Amino acid sequence: MTTGIGTVGGSPDRSPDRSTDRSTDSPYALTHLDALESEAVHIFREVAGEFERPVVLFSGGKDSIVMLHLALKAFAPAAVPFSLLHVDTGHNFPEVIEYRDRVVAQHGLRLHVASVQDYIDRGVLRERPDGTRNPLQTLPLTEAIQRHRFDAVFGGGRRDEEKARAKERVFSLRDEFSQWDPRRQRPELWQLYNGRHAPGEHVRVFPLSNWTELDVWQYIQRERIELPEIYFAHQREVFARDGMWLTAGDWGGPKDGESVEKRRIRYRTVGDMSCTGAVDSDATTLDAVIAEIAASRLTERGATRADDKLSEAAMEDRKREGYF
Amino acid sequence: MNGSTEQPTDRQTEQLSATTLLRFATAGSVDDGKSTLVGRLLHDSKSVLADQLEAVEHASRSRGQEAPDLALLTDGLRAEREQGITIDVAYRYFATPRRRFILADTPGHVQYTRNMVTGASTAELTVILVDARNGVVEQTRRHAAIAALLRVPHVVLAVNKMDLVDYREPVFAAIAEEFTAYASELGVPEITAIPISALAGDNVVDASAHMDWYGGPTVLEHLETVPVSHDLATCHARLPVQYVIRPQTADHPDYRGYAGQIAAGTFRVGESVTVLPSGRTSRIAGIDLLGEPVDVAWTPQSVTLLLEDDIDVSRGDLVVPSADAPATTQDVEATVCHVADTPLAVGARVLLKHTTRTVKAIVKEIPSRLTLDDLSQHPAPGQLVANDIGRVRVRTAEPLALDSYADSRRTGSFLLIDPADGTTLAAGMAGEFFAAAEAAPAGDDEGWDF
Repeated sequence: MTTGIGTVGGSPDRSPDRSTDRSTDSPYALTHLDALESEAVHIFREVAGEFERPVVLFSGGKDSIVMLHLALKAFAPAAVPFSLLHVDTGHNFPEVIEYRDRVVAQHGLRLHVASVQDYIDRGVLRERPDGTRNPLQTLPLTEAIQRHRFDAVFGGGRRDEEKARAKERVFSLRDEFSQWDPRRQRPELWQLYNGRHAPGEHVRVFPLSNWTELDVWQYIQRERIELPEIYFAHQREVFARDGMWLTAGDWGGPKDGESVEKRRIRYRTVGDMSCTGAVDSDATTLDAVIAEIAASRLTERGATRADDKLSEAAMEDRKREGYF
Repeated sequence: MNGSTEQPTDRQTEQLSATTLLRFATAGSVDDGKSTLVGRLLHDSKSVLADQLEAVEHASRSRGQEAPDLALLTDGLRAEREQGITIDVAYRYFATPRRRFILADTPGHVQYTRNMVTGASTAELTVILVDARNGVVEQTRRHAAIAALLRVPHVVLAVNKMDLVDYREPVFAAIAEEFTAYASELGVPEITAIPISALAGDNVVDASAHMDWYGGPTVLEHLETVPVSHDLATCHARLPVQYVIRPQTADHPDYRGYAGQIAAGTFRVGESVTVLPSGRTSRIAGIDLLGEPVDVAWTPQSVTLLLEDDIDVSRGDLVVPSADAPATTQDVEATVCHVADTPLAVGARVLLKHTTRTVKAIVKEIPSRLTLDDLSQHPAPGQLVANDIGRVRVRTAEPLALDSYADSRRTGSFLLIDPADGTTLAAGMAGEFFAAAEAAPAGDDEGWDF
């Protein structure tokens, strides 16, 4: 098994009892993970077959790590025929950037970085009063797409994440301003994806559309995919803000009245440090993380994302402007 | 601030074991309780988490509603929430110990027929809701017709609001009988009727205490046990070539693999295969299942085929067993559902996307348009407009290896695309109209035989 990224240990478990459906005893039933994997690979290959300049959004978070793993499997034993794009908010977890650079080097990939900090330094973007940089990613992303003339942009978005994402197509056409118009989406029938677009337009592609958070974790476990350490319980200096534990850093936390303490925490998502919260956790292994998620009464974004709480339709509004 | 975890219940722990996936769709009119049924399924299978429910409660309160409006769980767009209607398909995910589910929650109004078709195209089961007080109405017949047209293998008739008819068996029996007769005539292969009250929770997840005359499964039990279509693995094998993998590296100087998702059937190493439309033949030298060699692979696995001979194979070609090859044709006769706002007229120049192949095509004829209300056929309408379902004859610039949609939803379906702006115009299903029992009379070979 040399196709996976950062694969740890031996080959994934493919013993026969995993690939049969106990409810029908058919030898031809696929497990839900095999079905989701096959569908995602089909989507990667469709894009490779139909587009000139695809790119994979890669943040070093678990969804983009799974996307890259699937892309590596889809084209094995050849190289992935796409480059990567990281929209760097400038407020990164150091472990994630280290992981990103290691994976890129390991597989001989090409990484483009669109830097929010750079836009702020040039005076094009202004820091928000709340210090959150997630909404600021949209302009560097859309300009990078135009500059490199990317015609297909893979994102790790899943429909289970959020109600606006539940309405998203697998192939989502964006105009020259990268805008999403939910009322004008193309109907998407069978597995016949329509990727036709005019010059200047592009298509956002979501191979993990039908995966849930738990699917992603179970797949990471089955495929023995290595993750940045912040996904597992560790001691970290954090402080409380708006009901979440945030990592202290020179990005602007803690402020007066907020005090740092050392806690045993882990992250469920990876994003901008200013708005990605940690959860108290003792889960140091994949098994423990999966058990924790299965028992959680909070969604991934509800538990850890401040920016989605800004309004009832915060995600839809950002997506309309070109966010992924 | 914390993960808000509790000790996992048995159900949640069991969810972690290997399970199969069922894709299903719901259909129902505006007021027959579809949102309540979906909400009940999600809620009772513990798929609505605390923060989602809190958001719904908050939104409901801010609109002056007393009880949480479960429709807000599925109506995710601003416009939908403002108007209180479902405009577009939403996909929902939930799981039980036995199975994982992908639910396409589709709008019920006839104006959004195209979105129902979208949801039904990948569904293996459709739940059609009726209000027990109203019985089978026009909209029910439309939904049954679309399920039959799209050849959804399993149909569930959920007779809802049984609490409002005093849970009386004769009410349910009459509706079930009328629907089953109608749907069978359309060729729906399997119909399961279940009396429910989505509001009260009768027979949705838990068996009803009010209807001891009913001995069948609850909606969820049926969803958990209905067979997913493994029979696809035993029908005509088809592999549309998506992409040619040629590493050209020191480790793999001569590797030339034909990647694709098996659309139907089973392929084995050593088997003799034909590549269409060229008709060249070879033998399968190897099958790679995402980096691992296997001896046999089946639908819907994504694989890479290696052939013994260096023949010309590229994206858009179809690999089939030499003993079971479909005919190729440039004259496609099909049923289409028109999904665009601009009409489709006779003479239109379009693109036709079939599996991984896109070819130029001309709409030669539109012989009829279907009236969904009574299934009558309106002859020669001249054009189809949004949400119309009709027959078309299309001439393609290159030959296609097209199966009948009745044999394969995957290799019998196609899109018509506007070459000017890429708009998806129509969803096509090759071959005869419905899966109806009335086969063509023996000896009649006037039909199309691809």
